[in-house]
This record gives sequence, structure tokens and C-alpha cells, in this order.
Amino acid sequence: MAFKVLNPGLFTTVQDLGRPGYFHLGIPISGAMDRFALRAANLLVGNDEGAAALESVFMGPQLEFEVDATVAVTGADMPARVDGEAKPGWTAFRVRAGQVLTFDYLKGGARIYIAISGGVDTPPSLDSRSTYPIGALGGVEGRPLAIGDIVPLGKGAGAKEGRSVPENLRRLPGSPVELRVLPGLYWRLITEEAGRNFFGDEWTVAPEADRMGYRFRGGRPIQFEERKQPFGAGSDPSNIVDGCYPYGSIQVPGGTEPIVLHRDAVSGGGYFTLGAVISADMDLIGQLQPHTPTRFVKVDMKTALTARHDRQSLLGKMRTSLS
Amino acid sequence: MKTRYSFGGDEHIFVEMDEEMSLDAFFKSLSMTNAVRAAQIDGVTEICPSNASFQVKFDPDKIAPDDMLAELKTLETVAESAERRLNTRIIEVPVFYQDPWTHETLMRFRERHQDPNGTDLDYAARINGFDSAAEFITAHHSSPWFVSMVGFVAGLPFLYQLVERARQLEVPKYLRPRTDTPKQTVGYGGCFSCIYSVRGAGGYQMFGITPMTIYDPTQTTSYLRDFLVFFNPGDIVKWKPIDREEYDSILADVESNRYEPLVKDVEFDLTAFNADIDGYNAKLMEALHGV
Repeated sequence: MAFKVLNPGLFTTVQDLGRPGYFHLGIPISGAMDRFALRAANLLVGNDEGAAALESVFMGPQLEFEVDATVAVTGADMPARVDGEAKPGWTAFRVRAGQVLTFDYLKGGARIYIAISGGVDTPPSLDSRSTYPIGALGGVEGRPLAIGDIVPLGKGAGAKEGRSVPENLRRLPGSPVELRVLPGLYWRLITEEAGRNFFGDEWTVAPEADRMGYRFRGGRPIQFEERKQPFGAGSDPSNIVDGCYPYGSIQVPGGTEPIVLHRDAVSGGGYFTLGAVISADMDLIGQLQPHTPTRFVKVDMKTALTARHDRQSLLGKMRTSLS
Repeated sequence: MKTRYSFGGDEHIFVEMDEEMSLDAFFKSLSMTNAVRAAQIDGVTEICPSNASFQVKFDPDKIAPDDMLAELKTLETVAESAERRLNTRIIEVPVFYQDPWTHETLMRFRERHQDPNGTDLDYAARINGFDSAAEFITAHHSSPWFVSMVGFVAGLPFLYQLVERARQLEVPKYLRPRTDTPKQTVGYGGCFSCIYSVRGAGGYQMFGITPMTIYDPTQTTSYLRDFLVFFNPGDIVKWKPIDREEYDSILADVESNRYEPLVKDVEFDLTAFNADIDGYNAKLMEALHGV
């Protein structure tokens, strides 16, 4: 039970809900950048919502199936075809042994999630199948899919085709995108004016945006409060004594281009951070294309927790709609 | 030292012991993370010590952020009264300084360096007041180092030298980070040494390379069969300078799964260390070499 990779697309990896517990050794959580979309795809095909699936960015793969399976594609708007026949997104469909799954061009969002009944069954490392390429962990030999890979599938009953996530429960970014940020960490190192500019300016997603982090440009440079650099920090005012980085934390090396760390985050380093994107908005970042206009919106902890609960209630509705 | 707490989004608390690096700050960070681990707080998913700070990741659905903060503040009192002693291990790490591979790489990225006409070691020696790279190398390996953090990428140790501040070596990072660093490069940035566990981008100055694998996702290396990462925060490291011949010989042993690094259990007492640094380091060397 497997499928064969005829073409991997641009960057297709096996991802589940990740590998928590090893960040203190520099091994990040990894896993789907848009977890909501991963869960939806899995539930559509009758898998556990945390089963391993494929994540493809900007361009879909071409996969030849060796078995009959139920498949669902969620996340970005990138129409799927089975032997040339168009299939709707966020909806379960059947693929027969010998058929080929392909994709049209990306129309919106950035990452699709392809769940297959039975789940991708590559060997887990540290209890997860998520691919972490820098550390060569998970997925197929710890790397993105390549032409000719035969990727194993688990056993699965395979839900019936036609089930669909209602349109009002699907999530793709609007424009401009708003990312909610809880200021903190080393916020105190920047001037009041720099803080106002950070939230006032319009930024765009830079081409350097990947699973490790998303870079933004276009806003005014950050100015720092005058201070003597502490011992061990380094000479640039954006330097600190190397410390831990939270997921979603925003560093601005040299004060110029903010980087928001994502699922394959480096676990620490020597740049100041001015706060973190709230957990409710992390999935959204995974669907941003380069050049997308973005605003950072200042929120407090209460708003962050309310947004988190709203997100969970959306997930609850999605689960109910598919149960 | 003044402890500073901050939320990092709604899932993290960041705790800074001190703005500047010191052994006291590192020790307090390590004892606080040990206390947090021992407390087994429901909802805590990651406990990450770093040089002079640490971070806890938690699930705000299981423990409210304000309650998590209160727990950590209570544990700070526990950590403060803890004895400043650590049961750890001392490890000898062979280093081939001025090796051809980091040399080739540093020449390739010269335009990103403060001194495009020299080497990283010549530059580091000059700005630290040494007459030659050889003198700087001696200063780098003559006293042991603490692993004060493991991270950045998988299994990469940051190390802080066990000498008083006046003898600490300080070197800036590259002006712009390189896109390539050989695997197992021994690097330097700020007051920290590091070993690049995997090949990749990096901004630290490059001094040499170790033949010792320190990260092995396949877990086939003889001393990494139990776990893929070699270093833990709190480990003590002694660099051992080696030449090309010894490098090749150790590398062959590592690759044929015959190499066993020199590792000894040791107790580190910060108060005794501070009272007589050179004397204490000599005792650590005795523990390592079994004299």
C-alpha cells in the first residue's frame, strides 16, 4: 500500500501535528504549518486528525496510487485532478489504484494538505512522522519528497467520498492580512516611536518565507533606545545574549526586516524579539504568499486567549460537521 | 542580577536571569529549569534552558498564563536557595584548528567578514590582544567550557569558558551570516564557542573542526545509539588540539562506529570554582584524565 511520486512539486513534505518535547535540544516541533487544514483533510478521509499527510507549498505534486484510497485536499486553493478530472477542495474523493493525482496552479493561499485514507506511514522519529529537513528527521529519509519515492500508506477503512467541510468553516487569508501580536520579550529595547511604526506600517511578505520563519519588509527600520551592550551580547543594538525563541516570536536583525518564527523554528539565537504572534494566527501565516500586504495588530493576553477559544470553537464546528 | 519575566505570545513564558552573560546567571537558569521539570506542572510542554535565561512552553487551556507565571515565581525562590552544585560530566572534544575545510569556507565568504584580507583566527587573535593565532588557539583550549545551551538547530551546543571575565575571549559575529558552514565546525560569536551539529547557515567565526559526530538522526554512531543528540546543557567540555593525522584517525574510528569519546562523571561546585578558578580547573582536568 503506497503511492509513487512522479513529481514532488516545489517542496512537499510529510507532516503531522509535530514533535513536541525536544525544543531544549534545538529540535523544533515541526508539523503542519496550517494545523486546521491538516486536521480537516484527515477527518474528511476518515483518519485520526493528527495522522501524517502531505504538505505542498505553491505547487502540487504528481502522485500515482498503487491502491484505492479516499483523498482530500484542504488549505490553499489549488484544484486537484484525478486522471485529468477536476476534484473540489475540502471534499473527500476516491482515487483508484493506477490513477494519477495532479494539481492546477495555485489560486489562493500557499500550502495544500493532501490526506489519504490510512495516513502516510513513513517510520516515525521521536514519535512523529513530521519532516524536519535540517535535522534529517521524519518523513522520507528526513527530506522533502523526490521523484521516484514510493511512500507507504497505513491501513484505513477510507471514508466515503463526497463529504465536505462547509464553506463558512474553511479559512484562507484576506487582504491585507492582519497578524495579532502580543508585545513583550525584548520590546523594551526599542523606542516608543519604533513601536508605533511597527504596528502602524504596512509590511509585505518577503520571498524568504519558509517553514522556519516568515520574513517581512517594507516598514520603517526599528530604532533602539540608547544603552551599553551587555557582556556577551555582541555589538549591534539588535543583539542580546543568545536566548530562547518562542514559536511565533518576532525578531528584527539589524532593526530592518522582522522574521516571525514558525514550526521549524531555530530554538534560540542572539537577536532581540519584540513579541510574538498569538497562537490563533499561526495557521494563517502558513497560507501567506510572498508580497502579501500584512499589518501587525497589537493585542493583549485577554484578546489572545479569546482568539484562541474562537479558533477552537471553529475546530469544534468542523469536527461536528464531519462526525 | 534581576530576574525579568515576559510572556512570549499566549503559549510561552520567557525568563531572563540577567541581561549579561555570567556563570551565576547560567547556574540560576539551570537550577530554575530543573525546579520547573521537578514540579511536573500540568500543561507544560517544553522547558528550555539557555545561557542567561530560559523559556517554558505551556498549554493555556490547561494552565492559565497568569497561574503559570505565579508558579514560576514561586519556583524562583526554591532555585535561589538551591546549592550551587551540579552533577554532570566532563568530555574531551578533539579539535583540528586551522583545518582546510573551514579555511576554504571562510575564504568563500570573505566579503561578509570584518577583515576581508585575513582569516577568522587572525582577526580574533588581533582584536583580543594576542600576537598570533597560535596564542589565541592556546587560550581557546587551555581552560574547560560549560555547555550553557543546546539549540539554534538540532543538537548544537553553545559553550562558555570557565575563566574570569578578564580572560573571556570576545569576537563579533560575521557582518552578514554565511549560507554555508561545514558540519562540526568549531565556531565563536560574542563570548560563546559552539559546534555546528549539521552543515548550514551560520554567523559565528570559524576556528577549526572536530571529527566527533555530535548529532546523528540515524543513531548508528557508537556513542549515539541511545539518543541522537550528544550534548546536554550543563556538560563540561575540554578542547584537545589535534593535527591532521589524528583528525583522520579519529574520523575513521567515528565512521566505523569504534570511537568512544573520553567522558567522566564530575561534580561542579560554583562557589568552590569562584574561590580558586585555576586550581578548580586543574582538578577538573585530573577528573578527566584520571590522574
